[in-house]
This record gives sequence, structure tokens and C-alpha cells, in this order.
Amino acid sequence: MSDATNVKDLLIRVCVGTGGLAAGSQEVIDEFGRQLGDRGIEAEIVKKCVNKTGCRGFCAKDVLVDIIIGGKSETYQLISTDKVGRIVEEHILKGEPVKEWLVGPEYHSFHDRQTKILLKQCGHIDPEDIQAYLAIGGYEGAKKALSGKPAAVIDEIKSSGLRGRGGAGFPTGLKWEICSKAEGHPKYIICNADEGDPGAFMDRSVIEGNPHSVIEGMIIAGYAIGASYGYVYIRAEYPLAIHRLKIAISDARSRGFLGKNISGSGFDFDIRIKEGAGAFICGEETALIASIEGKRGMPRAKPPFPAHKGLWGKPTVINNVETLANLPAIITNGGKWYASIGTEKSKGTKVFALTGRIKNTGLIEVPMGISLKEIIYDIGGGCEKNRKFKAVQTGGPSGGCIPASHIDMPVDYESLMGVGSMMGSGGMVVMDETTCMVDMSKFFLSFTQSESCGKCVPCRVGTKRMLEILTRITEGKGKEGDIELLLELGTNIKATSLCGLGMSAPNPVLSTVRFFREEYEAHIREGICPASVCKALRRYVVNVEMCKMCGKCFKACPSGAITWEKKKPASIDKGKCIKCGACYEACPFSAIT
Amino acid sequence: MTEKNEQILDKYDREKGSVISILQDVQEAYGYIPEDAVFWFSERLNIPASSFFGVTTFYAQFYLKPRGKNIITACCGTACHVKGSAGIINRVREELKIPAGETTSTDGKFTVETIACVGACSIAPVFIGNKKVFGKMTLEKASEMLKELDKG
Amino acid sequence: MSDNKIKITINGTETLCNREDTILKAAKRAGVHIPTLCNDERLEPYGGCRLCIVEVKGVARPLTACTTPVAENMEVVTESDTIRKMRAHVIELLLSNHPNDCMRCEKTGDCALQNLSYEYGVDGSRYEGEKWDLPIREDNPFITYEPNKCILCGRCTRICNEVVMAGTIELTGRGFNSMPDTAFRKPRTLENCEFCGQCVSTCPTGALTDRKGRGKGRSYEMKKVKTTCSYCGTGCNFYLNVKDNKVVKVTSAYEAPVNQGNLCIKGRYGYDFIHHPDRIKTPLIRKGDKFVEASWDEALELVADKFNELIKKYGREKVGGFSSSRCTNEENYLLSKWVRCAIGSNNVDNCARV
Repeated sequence: MSDATNVKDLLIRVCVGTGGLAAGSQEVIDEFGRQLGDRGIEAEIVKKCVNKTGCRGFCAKDVLVDIIIGGKSETYQLISTDKVGRIVEEHILKGEPVKEWLVGPEYHSFHDRQTKILLKQCGHIDPEDIQAYLAIGGYEGAKKALSGKPAAVIDEIKSSGLRGRGGAGFPTGLKWEICSKAEGHPKYIICNADEGDPGAFMDRSVIEGNPHSVIEGMIIAGYAIGASYGYVYIRAEYPLAIHRLKIAISDARSRGFLGKNISGSGFDFDIRIKEGAGAFICGEETALIASIEGKRGMPRAKPPFPAHKGLWGKPTVINNVETLANLPAIITNGGKWYASIGTEKSKGTKVFALTGRIKNTGLIEVPMGISLKEIIYDIGGGCEKNRKFKAVQTGGPSGGCIPASHIDMPVDYESLMGVGSMMGSGGMVVMDETTCMVDMSKFFLSFTQSESCGKCVPCRVGTKRMLEILTRITEGKGKEGDIELLLELGTNIKATSLCGLGMSAPNPVLSTVRFFREEYEAHIREGICPASVCKALRRYVVNVEMCKMCGKCFKACPSGAITWEKKKPASIDKGKCIKCGACYEACPFSAIT
Repeated sequence: MTEKNEQILDKYDREKGSVISILQDVQEAYGYIPEDAVFWFSERLNIPASSFFGVTTFYAQFYLKPRGKNIITACCGTACHVKGSAGIINRVREELKIPAGETTSTDGKFTVETIACVGACSIAPVFIGNKKVFGKMTLEKASEMLKELDKG
Repeated sequence: MSDNKIKITINGTETLCNREDTILKAAKRAGVHIPTLCNDERLEPYGGCRLCIVEVKGVARPLTACTTPVAENMEVVTESDTIRKMRAHVIELLLSNHPNDCMRCEKTGDCALQNLSYEYGVDGSRYEGEKWDLPIREDNPFITYEPNKCILCGRCTRICNEVVMAGTIELTGRGFNSMPDTAFRKPRTLENCEFCGQCVSTCPTGALTDRKGRGKGRSYEMKKVKTTCSYCGTGCNFYLNVKDNKVVKVTSAYEAPVNQGNLCIKGRYGYDFIHHPDRIKTPLIRKGDKFVEASWDEALELVADKFNELIKKYGREKVGGFSSSRCTNEENYLLSKWVRCAIGSNNVDNCARV
């Protein structure tokens, strides 16, 4: 039995978010509780982070556990219940950390290259405790803003160079200024938390990890434009974020940060939550407004812009979660400070969700202008299984694929637009040599197609036709002229669609045709999918020289197409093969191609 | 039915733009959007039933048919797609013998739906079974998940 | 120049327009034609069909004329190679999900989509993808719905909700599968529909047609007789479509100052009686318990005698005339003239108080 001094200073932090929970973090917490209880040790087990990413963003190694004894912190990765006993025994009781389970160098490189403003507090404070937020200077930005004139707040944001983080990158200060001068009462500020891009989870993480920063941002924005009400439009698919936000709003209200006469400034402001109902298009601001009004989420033509005629026909500003969460820090530290980070036209930091075929998946915050290379290799650690990096998709279904040849390019609004992609909300999906670019385009098109609202012709019918052409190419039924037809369709859809969804829907196709045309041609002319992804064009064979005769493919095959005996290389019966790819996935030696 | 509806109506009394919120509560109360409920609210609120129907069929979240006892939501996001979610979804549907074009198994035990992205890309492919997240899914783990959910 | 007028340039020609005009309205005033499908002057601008795209100097993308407000010194180009190509592309896409059965379509000759296909010289044959294949809906006596011909311009649902405020139909579904329909796709009945046929009047294609007039003749075969509705005192105008001396349907008179093409169920569909077989075509005189057919001379003589008798007995002012909404306006006029002049009484009325 150890002495009681250990007990006082022991703090265990465990990630409990969507990712952490899926990896078994609740079980880990329970196990720590049981093991420590059995030994009569009291420890403060903090459910540290909100979700897998809100914490440290390094969810590839969940469950992450911090053991802090007397202020000295050690971090374990990939912890499961069966490992808890040894950690308690050796580390907590004897003071000898279990070295082989501690995080490796990639954990540090993952963090060292980041610049954290927004994510700084995520994972370090309890998102369900307003006291924790106040302790780190929370709501000071709002107080500072409210002590001056609204115009001064707008000026400060203008000088920071902050641009909307939702996609198009419109200057935030300018948007506010237009709305503040617009006639009409009341005015509204809407927080767009309808993060619908597949492959993006920045906004959810910020709300789950630090909901008060979003509320504070809304107070600042609301004050600047003269709004009396705020709405948070959030996806119903984010129950934890909604839960935390509700707590935060109610706490902020009871502390007088929301409601009448906030902090004695005479400013009245309150916030309501509106849950989305499953429509990607509602991320588009006019569709979002229609949805809050209880209608079908169909966009309308602009002008008039929401800053003049928005919610219920009144002047409205819609800002993305990340944009709003940046505001407290900008007000507190000044616009100049913020403008010192980033590039000439793209200021500050940007949060990206780094996913796909990359080693270190997770949420990262980097200064604008950082090179793709730094993100993919220094932070992301390169591709899984050391495969060859092929492309990275940014901007979700509205963006494009940036090929490996552009790896040195800086990541900012203009550069991304320049290569036919866009910043979007910040999804970054990494692809390696095993990703088929035609299949990838088809995936995005099927997404935009199913999310098209149906209002305008080019998007409703045009994306459908594009998807059909892509589908036949991936099925080996492509024809000469299909690529040209795709380009023609894409160009016209971009030019004639009503809203941002249609205008950008062809981007994944146009950018992959631009950079990977030979893959399309291989599908059409040679009937080959170079990445062996498209089912109809796949032919799986065992490379006998590389086969280590382990039999994993044999076990994985669901159709009995593989013959294998111990100490003999496997072989695939083409007649029985259903081209499911299970063997290919199962092979640890890349012997199946 | 009336009592449940009255409760929902009280919550949104006279609030403009509450059609979606009401439908969300209706679905929470009944598991789907029953026709009778739509006509009930339409009459009480003097909002055409066609508006409710238009909204219901626009948003992916709403269901016009009762769903299975267990709800499995498969993420179809980019990361999940890249990591082979489509094959796993097919396997799950096959295992549950869900007829083509349907989402609910004939015995009413399971409903398998797909969703654009649950935003848990680091643990792709992701499935949500009765609100519990199952990450880094494989064919084997999918079978285990089904057994676990079936047991309750 | 008055405060309300501003100057813009359309296709190189300066023109004055109202400050609150859209480009489409200003162009119309200036006599410049811009093609549209989803526009109906009775409705709020929609911007869905994308056909009215025009180039505006200083704006990178083409803008829809129907939704874009004019601005001082705006320079608009309504026709150019690029714009024509884009419009052609949109029409092509619409036709790629259209039955293209113009030869037997009710709307042929009066179809906006058909005209545009002709004007831009395109069809949908370059795309071989999915087409809607839904059954024709004839679930009510007045309105036939062929969903396959719907182009999703939303005019029917908008007129039903914006103008009639009946809320019978709304867009349902999403994306490629969205279409106008009733709640839960139920048949139209008097429970959910007023049968005003406003949706039919605004439909630019053959998706919504007047059931009673189907197969009774092409639009260009019709003699169109403009008349004022006698069912009530509002004074709506419409066109009686006459073929082979028979009224086969009623169509809207959009230029009518009172109703701008709008009609109710009576005005649009209440014409069955005209050629109804039960209609009494010869005078009948009651003899005992029975009505017996008589000649006009015989009948008129009897009526005249009886009126003279009544006038003598009770005085002119005790006699009045009451006419029917199913008479024409001319007939109603004649009755009032006859009562006032021949009888000498001011007691004249009509069942619709016209």
C-alpha cells in the first residue's frame, strides 16, 4: 500500500468523446475507479475531453489517458481496461510509468507544429462548467467589447482581417458593417453549426470542447451589429454538442452574460438553439434561414443578402462556429495581434479535420499559409502503412483534390481557389495510391446529388447526369467523349446554379479530371481501375514473391475464392472472387494487388 | 394520441416557424411521423398539411413509416467511404435480410440507415447502434455489433 | 428624371425603369424578351429555372433577371453566345428528364418548354440517364397531373400557397425526386382542394392540364372568346375556348385588370351546363300536371298575356325580373332592359347580384 500523499495529488484525465467513448473510455474510467477504490485511493478522475478531437485532436490513439501525480504529467495512448491494472500498480503506486504504453514521438510532433488559439482550451477545461471558462479569462472579451461602441468592435474585427471560416471567406468585419447599417428591427445573429461536409468535425469539437467561446463570440457579434436575438442552428446529429451548448447557454444566462442588460451595459441579448433535421443544404445561409423559419430548406437568390433581408425578412448575420469562437481572443488581444498570424490576405489560424488514409488523424489548428507538406508529413505523419501520398481533398464536396505535385503550396483561401479547390469548412481527407480518383468524384457527386434541394435545374438534373456518367465509368461502361461531357456539364452547372452547393458541386470532378485525367482514361479506354477500387474493374491476384503465406487473406475471403495451405502461397480463383477486396485489406504485406 | 399532441402544442404555442420543431417532437413521441398527427397539428395550427408533408419529405431525419426496434446508423462520410464503409453496410443489410430498397428488416427488429457524416472521422468507419458509437468498424466487428444490439 | 426612375442599359440601349424593378421587369418594359419558365407575374420571383440568366457588367457570374433588382447605370446584356449556350444547356437538362411525347401531349402548341426547345434547337438525347416514370394521376374530375412532365418550376405550389392560399399542394421530397404533390400524396378532393385550377393556369408544361378539355382540341384550333364571368360581381375575365361551335374549356386572361388570370372553380370549370344533354332546349308549358313542349310563338304569347294580366291587376311596380348566372352577360342585360323598359319596373336582380 502506498502512502496517502500520492492520493492527494493524483489526477487522471480520460478522453470521453464520440471517439473516446467508442474506443472504450467509459470502461477505462470505470476500471480506474474500481482499481483505485479497491486499494483505498481517492483520485480525481476528470472526464477530460469532450470528444476524441476536442481534447488533443489526436484521436488515432484513443483512449488517451493522462496520469498526473504531483503536477508531473504522463500521457498514455491506446489504453484499454486490461492495461489499467498495470498502470495503477506500477505508475500510480510505485511511481514508475509503463514506458511502452506512453505516447510516442508522433504525439509530440503532431502538436508541436500547430498554433492553437481556438483549440487551446479544448480538453483543458471542463466544457460543462462555466467557472472553468471564467477562470481562464472567459467572457472578458465580451465585457471589453460591451464597454465600447459597436462601431469600435467592428473596426477591431476589420483590423484583424478575420474572414468567414464557413467556406467562401467573406471578410467578417465587412459583413457586420453592412448589417449594422441596414434598416430593420430586430436584427439577428445566427451561428451556423450545421457542419455537414462529410469528413469535417471542427465545429462540433469546438462546441463540445469550449461552448462558452461560441456564446461569447455571439454576444460580441450581436453587440456589433445591434442584434437582439441569436440562434444557433446545429445539426441534430451532434447530440453531445447540443447538450453542452444547452448547459452553457443556461449557465451564461444565470451569470448575466445573456438576457437583459448584459454586464450592466444596457445591451439585451439572448440565444436559442434550433436543431437541424438532416439536410446538408441548410449550411447555405438562405436555406438555413428558411429552415429556422420552419420551411423546406431551399436557398433563394441573392441579392437581397441576409445582411439586408434575412431571418423573418430582418437584417441578419450568419457566422460559422469557428469564426465566432475566434472573436473573444481577437477582442481580448486586439485585431493587430490576430493579423500578425497568417498570410497577407488570410489571417489567423484555421482548424482542419485531418482524416482519411493518414497516420495521425485528428483535429489540427495551424496558421494560415502553412504548407500542405507540413500538414501531411510533419503533423499527419504521412500516409498509413507508408503508402504513397496521392492527393488531399479539401473543402468537402464543394472542394477539389489537390495532387501530390502541389504539396508545397501554402494553405490559404486564394491558393486553394487557385487549384480549383476551396477552404470550405476545413475538412482534409488524405488519399494514397489505393484511392481511385474517379470513385472519389463519384462519392462526392452522389453526396451533392442526394443533398441537392431540387430547386434549380442545373443542380437537380445536372449533378444527376454527372453522377450517372461517373457511375458508368466506374462500372467499366464509360465511353469516348464522357470526359468532355463531364467537363461541359461541370462548367455549366458551376455557372448557372442558384446557390453555393450547385456552383461548387462539380469541383471534385473538375479538379480530378484536371490532375488525374489519365485515371479516367484508364477506366474508359483500358477497362482498368489503377487503384483497384472500382469493383467491376478489379482483378485481384496474389504476388507470389511477396506472399508470406500467413493465410490472413484465406480467412478474410467471404466467398471461398482463396486457396491456401500452410507454407504455401495463396491463390485466388477468379470465378469465385466477388471482388469485395477483403483479402486486399487483410494482407499485411501488400502481396495482393 | 391527443394528449401527446397537446403537450407538444403547448411547448410551441403560437411560436412562428415551429413546423420542424413540432415534427421533431412528433417523431420523438411516436418513432415516426404518423399521418393522423400531421392532420391534427395542421388543423390546430391552421397550417396546411401539405406544408408539414413538404417539410417531412425534405429533411432526411423524418420517417413516414415506423422503424425497427434497433436503429443502426451507418456513416457514409468521406473518411468512412475511403475506409470501406460501403462493403460493411452491405454485409450488415445482408445479415439482417433487409429487402432491397427498404431500411427495416422484415421482422421489424432492425432499421439500417445511412447518414452523411457523423463527424467522427478519426475512428472511421463509424456505425451508431442505438445511439452508441462503434468505431473502426470491420466485417467481424459488425457481426458482433448486431449480436450486442439484438441482446439489448 | 423623377426620383423613382433610374437609368439602365439593356443590350446597349439606355432605358428608364422603376427603382424597384427587377431586370426582367425593366426588360419587359423596354420590349426586350428574356425567356423564363418559373416566372409568373402573379408570383414572387423564384429564380429556379435559370433560363432568364443575363450578363451584368462587373459581375463575374450570370445573374437571373427575375430576381436581380436593377441598379443605377447597370449594364445588362440579355443575349450572347455564352448566355445562349448556358440556356440551351439548361433546356437540354430539363428535356433529359421529360417524356418528350409532344405528339400526343395535351399541351402541344401552348407549351413553354416545347417552344424553348424549338427556339434553342436542343433535345435531351445526349443524356441517357434515369427518367421519371410515374403514372398519370386522374384522381379527381378537374385536374390531370402527369408528374413525368413536371419541370419543378414550383409555379403550381406557389400559386396555391401565395395567391389562393389553399395549401393543397407543396413541393415534396428533395433533389431529383422532388415534385409537387398533396399531403401524403392523397387524391384531390373538396377536403383538400378548391379546384380553382390556378395551378393548371400557371403550369408551363403539360404536367397539369384541365381534365375536361383533354383531347378536345389543340390550343391553336380554339376560337378564344373573351368574356366576363357572370357567377359573381367581381368581374373576372376569361377566354371561352370554342371549337366547332362548342365551349370546350376556359383559359385565363392574364391581361385582365380585375383578376390577372386568376379564377375560381366556378369561372374555370363551371361551363358544363352549356352543352349538357339535360338542358331544356324548347319551351315547356304546364298543362295539368305535365309540362308539354311548345313552339316559341306559343310560349311567348302565353308569357306576354300573363304579364299584361299581372300588370293590370297589381301595377307595373309589382312586377320584377330575376335572371340566372348561367345566362350570358348579354342575356342578363337584355332581361334588365326588358324589365325596365317593357314592363316599366326597377325590380331587377340576378342570383349572383351582377
